Amino acid sequence: MTLPFADTNFAEATWILVVKSIVIFAVIFAIVPVLTVVERKVLGRFQARYGPNRVGPYGLMQPLADAVKLVTKEHYRPRNAIPILWPIAPALVVFTGVATLAILPFGDVKDGVGFYGIDVPIGILYFFAFGSIAFYGLLLGGWASGSKYSFLGAMRAAAQLISYEISMGLALLGAIMMAGSLSLVSIVEAQHQVWYILPQFVGFLIFMVAGFAETNRAPFDLPEADAELVAGYGTEYGGMRYGSYAMAEYIEMFVISGVAVTFFLGGWHGPGPGWLDPIWVIVKIFAFLFLFMWIRATLPRVRYDQLMSLGWKVLLPLATLNVLVTAVLVTVT
Amino acid sequence: MSTHGSAPVHGGDVVARTEAQVIGTSPVERTAAGEALGPEEELLTINMGPHHPATHGVLRLLVSLEGEVVRDLKPIVGYVHTGIEKSCEDKSYWKAIPFVERMDYLSYFSNMEAFVGCVERLLELEIPPRAKYLRTIHLELNRLHSHLVWLGTSALDLGAMSMFFYCFRDRDRVLDLFEMSTGQRMHTRYFQVGGVFEDIPLGFERNLRAFCAEMPSRVDQYEAILNRNEIFLRRTKNVGAVPRQELLDLGVTGPLLRAAGEPWDLRKVAPSLAYGDLEFQIPVGTVGDGYDRYRVRVREMRESVRIIEQALDGLPEGPWIADDRKIVLPPRNELSTSMEALIHHFKLVTEGFRVPPGEAYYAVESPRGELGCFVVADGSAKPARVHFRDPSFVNLQALRHMCVGGYLADLIQNLAMLDPILGGIDR
Repeated sequence: MTLPFADTNFAEATWILVVKSIVIFAVIFAIVPVLTVVERKVLGRFQARYGPNRVGPYGLMQPLADAVKLVTKEHYRPRNAIPILWPIAPALVVFTGVATLAILPFGDVKDGVGFYGIDVPIGILYFFAFGSIAFYGLLLGGWASGSKYSFLGAMRAAAQLISYEISMGLALLGAIMMAGSLSLVSIVEAQHQVWYILPQFVGFLIFMVAGFAETNRAPFDLPEADAELVAGYGTEYGGMRYGSYAMAEYIEMFVISGVAVTFFLGGWHGPGPGWLDPIWVIVKIFAFLFLFMWIRATLPRVRYDQLMSLGWKVLLPLATLNVLVTAVLVTVT
Repeated sequence: MSTHGSAPVHGGDVVARTEAQVIGTSPVERTAAGEALGPEEELLTINMGPHHPATHGVLRLLVSLEGEVVRDLKPIVGYVHTGIEKSCEDKSYWKAIPFVERMDYLSYFSNMEAFVGCVERLLELEIPPRAKYLRTIHLELNRLHSHLVWLGTSALDLGAMSMFFYCFRDRDRVLDLFEMSTGQRMHTRYFQVGGVFEDIPLGFERNLRAFCAEMPSRVDQYEAILNRNEIFLRRTKNVGAVPRQELLDLGVTGPLLRAAGEPWDLRKVAPSLAYGDLEFQIPVGTVGDGYDRYRVRVREMRESVRIIEQALDGLPEGPWIADDRKIVLPPRNELSTSMEALIHHFKLVTEGFRVPPGEAYYAVESPRGELGCFVVADGSAKPARVHFRDPSFVNLQALRHMCVGGYLADLIQNLAMLDPILGGIDR
């Protein structure tokens, strides 16, 4: 039996770590703008229209135009806003999103270089820790705005985090028990025979539902419910501060999809030679991202109390049961 | 705590507003409607609107929230008041038609029919059968158009944003039809005193039939998206139900009232135009919640299609406007040959026709309920007074009854299902 820790004997040179972090950073900041235009295109197709197609070929330059617009906007701050916390909040969200990317494995160790940022022994706990800090960004942003709509959005965000993070953790616990490790690399390696989506199907469903809630995406986009709270915690933000929130949402979507791929879809496993591994991960992640967009185009928004009762009365007992059943089965076999 | 009513010192710029005196400066003391609270109750008063994405226009709502629960609510209207009723007094009757169209900007044919029908009632003018049928067709197309906008925006308010585009896609087909028959997509000024402006053009019937053939399948698609969607059902079922008697006491009409089980529809109760000749049903609900309102309106769309098809089948031949030269413009070709026609034309265009002194009320079933028009004539070519009973305005009174005790998200749902048009409310 493997120890519940990653292989800490494997160490990389510092310069490799630096290069890797730069590569991950660059790749993500290349993917996120593309993701925004992809989402708008996909939504457009769902809604019997074209989506952006004016700027550049197929509208691919649209995010550039958006970014220029957002960056050059006036940095407006409401009088009631709390000076330091208000601008920090969006930065916090982006920071935590990017930091979480470090543990997503895109492949195993090849030629002495691990195809991941870092293989931390606490693995998924790192993800949860930063996910929780991300909600501080929403909470602080909403509260520091000094606006009632933002405040309501922040309160909703806080409640949503507490309700769904527990179910999310329990949903992953089944896969962790089967793999016998917290390290994401070990978990992917443990799936070389069967992807955990089959034995852990309930856990997968719970994780996806909770993941939608964690990323504030439809149908759980209550903290920014545009019909009720205008834009929730982001009501008072404009320019690149607002852009940071939007970007963080896409990064979080990417991270949740990445975690789902790692835990349930066998990570880099796939047919073909070893150098295809990162491509497989990206392809699987994009499949999940498409699911996010599909759901957004289809489903209405749930109500606040329904969200709470779903989290506490359905997902949490189900996740607990899933963990118990998995625990018994893992012990018996 | 500043005492209620005295000039509070706060912020400095918005102190003199009337609601500041009504609700006090502290949300702790009073709800938005001015009801006193116990010392342990603490409410958050938020100002929804006039610029809010889900208030369907410039409606302002003062909402007292306890957490997410709405404890009180007060709608404040008047932000798009444009004085249309008063402006009509300054226009000759035929020039007032484009004005009244612009009140409830989603049911302009209903507005026109209410005004034009009222003037015709004052003139005791009978319009030709073909005009009646053409008006019926356009009124029902207008109902479809209005309900499509309602369905799209309501679904958008509930978060189902794709519905918005599907509905607007089909709404555009209605507007295309309007453009074909009247020359304008919105605010068509198609109805004239005495009939309609022009006969429908060649090919309109074919396009309309194609639309009517396709529309039921489109409604099927909408229902396929929403009817069995668990989230949608949970958001609408048993939300915002108001008892039938309470709605009647408030004077609520239209789909809201029918959803509560009262089969009151002016098209059946007092059939005007061609409605008496046509066969259609009035859908009614049972509970009167958001879901019933949705189902009633969607069913009305199907019935409207039926009405249009029947009216097209039974469309009589003949003139489309009354042959009364004192009221109706003479045909264009007569102007160059007939002196009398030229004089009539000149008099009608410059002064307008005169209406004998009297007053009349005429109501139509607009997509939102009873749209009534009251005109007082003093014998001149301009109305002495025009007043509209706009259904949105009356129905808005029921909003508080729907929302108090519910969640903030339900408020949005109720408002969406209420379907107010602020242009009609403020006039």
